[in-house]
Amino acid sequence: MRGMRDIRVQTGPFDPGTELERLEGMGGGAVASFTGLVRGDGGLTDMTLEHYPAMTARAMARIADEAEARWPLLGLTLIHRHGPLVPGERIVFVGTASSHRAAALEACHFLIDWLKTAAPFWKRERYADGREIWVEPRAADDAAASRWGREAKA
Amino acid sequence: MAIDILYFAWVREAIGTDAETVTPPAEVGTIADLVTWLSARSPGHAEAFARPDRLRAAIDQEFVALDAPVAGAREIAIFPPVTGGSGCAG
Repeated sequence: MRGMRDIRVQTGPFDPGTELERLEGMGGGAVASFTGLVRGDGGLTDMTLEHYPAMTARAMARIADEAEARWPLLGLTLIHRHGPLVPGERIVFVGTASSHRAAALEACHFLIDWLKTAAPFWKRERYADGREIWVEPRAADDAAASRWGREAKA
Repeated sequence: MAIDILYFAWVREAIGTDAETVTPPAEVGTIADLVTWLSARSPGHAEAFARPDRLRAAIDQEFVALDAPVAGAREIAIFPPVTGGSGCAG
């Protein structure tokens, strides 16, 4: 089932309230969402998200296809920011609308797990002590994605 | 045949460029072969490709394994494992 789909990759901020209202307007009765924020742990001052523009849109559309094939969704919103970000800023938003709460919740969970492992983004973090590091992937992220029943990659 | 190669994140930084066009010899059959061949181009390439287990790749914007054949590829990207999302644990 294919509902209203909105996929965005942008440098600017987004407003979860506005996004939730749009999803609520799709008539499903159930809306779920996930918002990811930049954490300031360990003296993080800022980060930069790099991505592969030609591939990002395709990869995100593929993830949305998979969610729509598995759950009856009336609406699906994926927003991922790139460029410079500071602690407290929102990085990523996933929203789903459905007639069934389980579908909305499970699809939302699936989408964020898969966005982390199947979309070509890379984070470079900068710390107050001058360190700059590229974030290493965590085995837990692959495990979170693979429990949805397909091999996680990249 | 000429192939556009794209680099991202620390692979891009080590090599010092985000893209180059190369014409690999016929014996370069897979991405892994390509990485080995590219390693000879500069010390930066050698550094970026020293640990193939830390590399991932895409052919024409689709993720592939390093043993994927390069025949017919127009654009090949080589990069570290992806780290999108919000970075929150669990």
